[in-house]
Amino acid sequence: MNLILILISAALIHNFVLTYFLGICPFLGVSRRISSAVGMGIAVTFVMTLTAIVTWLLYYKFLLPFNLVYLEYVVFILVIASLVQIVEMVIRKISPPLYQALGIYLPLITTNCAILGLALFMVLKEYNFIQSVFFALGAGIGFTLALLIMAGIREDLEFADIPEPLKGPGIALIIAGLLALAFMGFSGLLAV
Amino acid sequence: MKNKNLFLEFKKGLIAQNPVLVQFLGMCPTLAVTTSAINALTMGLAVIFVLVASTFFVSVIRKIVLPQVRIAVFTIIIATFVTIADLFLKAKFPQLSKALGPYVPLIVVNCIILGRCEAFASKNSIFSSFLDALGMGCGFTLALLILGSIREILGNGSLFGKMILPEAYKPLIVMLLPPGAFLGLGVMVGIMNLIIKKKR
Repeated sequence: MNLILILISAALIHNFVLTYFLGICPFLGVSRRISSAVGMGIAVTFVMTLTAIVTWLLYYKFLLPFNLVYLEYVVFILVIASLVQIVEMVIRKISPPLYQALGIYLPLITTNCAILGLALFMVLKEYNFIQSVFFALGAGIGFTLALLIMAGIREDLEFADIPEPLKGPGIALIIAGLLALAFMGFSGLLAV
Repeated sequence: MKNKNLFLEFKKGLIAQNPVLVQFLGMCPTLAVTTSAINALTMGLAVIFVLVASTFFVSVIRKIVLPQVRIAVFTIIIATFVTIADLFLKAKFPQLSKALGPYVPLIVVNCIILGRCEAFASKNSIFSSFLDALGMGCGFTLALLILGSIREILGNGSLFGKMILPEAYKPLIVMLLPPGAFLGLGVMVGIMNLIIKKKR
């Protein structure tokens, strides 16, 4: 039960994009089309889960026992960068169609702060291994959800009459604000 | 003439190419830590330190780094300076460090820093890289400070912890919550566009 709570809490109540402001760059950049939002969302969820597994093992089995916690950030960012590379190579070998669909989003993920943020929050919240995996899954689902809603709104927005200075990122930020307001409605959902 | 060019190197980051309001880089800390003016200022100073130190380093070693591995090298340099900034804040200002939480380590993936290393410092001399980084850092801090002040005044009636609005003012709590960050920045971007347009 606890695991499902973590999953729902990461996806809806503490949505990475709308309450922690992580992954705003792709949120504003890739959210113009629903199809690309789906691709980006799946790629991020996948890399997030892998990152949680690898960084958890490294942090608790290597950095902590050897008193190397001050290397945390350097190690985390290296892990993420190499994971993204490996995932890209593996997908290209195993499933060319999937690579075609996700390929262009993968390199962008390295600098997505949601991934590093996930690793940092995982350590901060002192989750155990299984909890971390569920936390990552929930965060990925939440990211995909926010990206999808945003893309849906923005596709309609192309035909809307927006004041000139707000065109582009300005109106996107204001929509994100309204979405964040809407997501605050979830905050009473669970007592976590 | 040469001095004027150098000054332009510094000045462009403040308004014309402001990293937050014009280039939309580093949005994550901008939105997350601007719940009060002091948090915003601390974050800005931390970013200036990391930005200046890492672009300086990148500019020094720019001729000996292989182009294939440059991004990895830049990232490690940035992560090192972020660790220094984080440990310093933890040791000297534990309360501020706690308020900023994981957003200090997240400077590692702040696109402004990698962007300036890649686009400017890896191609220019040490001194102009220094000015460029300082300008961009100040522009970032300026944007954060303005947003942080607006949110603190509207959401709490105070500025840098001092009450400045009369007690009859009912604080708009929403300005301190995540939606306030998005709405505030959205309106700021709009105003910035208006200003830039008027200048032309």
